[in-house]
Amino acid sequence: MLFLLSLKLLIKIELTMKLLITIFCCFLFVTMCNSQERYLTKSGAINFFSKTAMEDITADNSQVLSIVDASSGKMAISILMKSFLFKKALMQEHFNENYVESDKYPKATFKGDILNFDAVNETASMLKVKGILTIHGVSKEIIIEANFTKTNDAILVVGEFLINLADFEVEIPAVVAKNIAKNIKVTFNFNHTPYKK
Amino acid sequence: MKKLLVAIFLFAASASVHSQDDLLDILDDETPANTIHDIVVATFKGTRIVNGHSIENKKDKELEFIIAHRFGRVNSGLYDLFGMDNANIRFALEYGVTDNLTIGAGRSSFEKTYDSFLKYRLIKQKRGESAFPVAISLFGSAALKTLRDYDPADKRSFAESLFYVGQVLIARKFGPSFSLQITPTYIHRNTVRVAADPHDIFALGLGGRIKLSKRVSLNSEYFYTFNQSKSINTTNSLAFGVDIETGGHVFQLILSNAITMIEKSFISETTGNFFGGDIHLGFNLSRTF
Repeated sequence: MLFLLSLKLLIKIELTMKLLITIFCCFLFVTMCNSQERYLTKSGAINFFSKTAMEDITADNSQVLSIVDASSGKMAISILMKSFLFKKALMQEHFNENYVESDKYPKATFKGDILNFDAVNETASMLKVKGILTIHGVSKEIIIEANFTKTNDAILVVGEFLINLADFEVEIPAVVAKNIAKNIKVTFNFNHTPYKK
Repeated sequence: MKKLLVAIFLFAASASVHSQDDLLDILDDETPANTIHDIVVATFKGTRIVNGHSIENKKDKELEFIIAHRFGRVNSGLYDLFGMDNANIRFALEYGVTDNLTIGAGRSSFEKTYDSFLKYRLIKQKRGESAFPVAISLFGSAALKTLRDYDPADKRSFAESLFYVGQVLIARKFGPSFSLQITPTYIHRNTVRVAADPHDIFALGLGGRIKLSKRVSLNSEYFYTFNQSKSINTTNSLAFGVDIETGGHVFQLILSNAITMIEKSFISETTGNFFGGDIHLGFNLSRTF
């Protein structure tokens, strides 16, 4: 009887152990998921450039946030519109007040997949990034080409693309139509470093 | 027991899925609080609400040439083409020494008056952590009347032709489309018409704007004077304006019971009764260099 009881106890202990191990494994799994390879920058650079016969307009933003998930090949970018700096303060005010309406739409975002991300290595490779670009509250699917370089402790993403202002419902009044290009050239340079939560 | 294990596993799995959920959410969390964005800008479209100055300054190193007109009273009839025959015109150059300091000089045809001013932004309205509810600017101007309306035997000296104005401009942008400004005003006149007229005039201005669209706003402005001249029957200045922004420039269309555009005149020397039809149509045109 005593033997039977102790056997029962032993089984119970074993089961508890099993449970503990399972829980431990689960936690391990969770931590593994959390420690996947993510690379982040908070000081990414974006420049936009509008060229017309009348004038060139350019603005810089050096506080762009960008993140690359190296395990899934996903990428996201967040841009505060008010961080764009212009040469003329009045231009900056008009940009925020009248064109992109920064109070209403404070951020532009991009979220997408890096196609063929596995090919990224220490030598620069041109890849396509396919995703959704949201500016001025309008979302559009877009494919951007960018140069990817991955080293042990950094992922560098550099490239440029054109955006059509009308696509994002940015209105240009007739009087300044000659001063602002219909397609704006956007160049970017993001140097991501490993991100630990 | 098995059920419990499955539950734990599912929970763990869901937690792991959740943790890699949205990269944009991570970026939101990582966005640093930036104080620059907390400064409220574009309380008004122009440097004037209607006739009087707003808290807005010219930007750094910006030079603006202004041509402003106020026609005669619209109730003066067809003979004067509803006031078009009598225009007061003011030319002015205004310059942003820094983003916070604007200087300007102008000349009005009415009473052949020269004026100059200085406007300094003292405090900016801020949101967020170091919030401050209003923006405050200081304004000072001097005007020189050169009209020879005196007895040739009793010529007015330079000093006797001077007028001074001091204002504190206090404004708040309540939302993207609504701003208000109160403007305590002090005017000193070196010369008055009769001895009973006060040399010092105190007034309080109230101005506001409502944005009708991205590029059009409706403005109004009223100056209440606490003490008035005895020699002329003055009225408080009331004006309405429409700001139309056309690219880099603001075009202002104005209805006012004052024919003048400088503080010492329209605050303390207005005689028109707005609701009696003594309305002056006007506009401000500007070109920024």
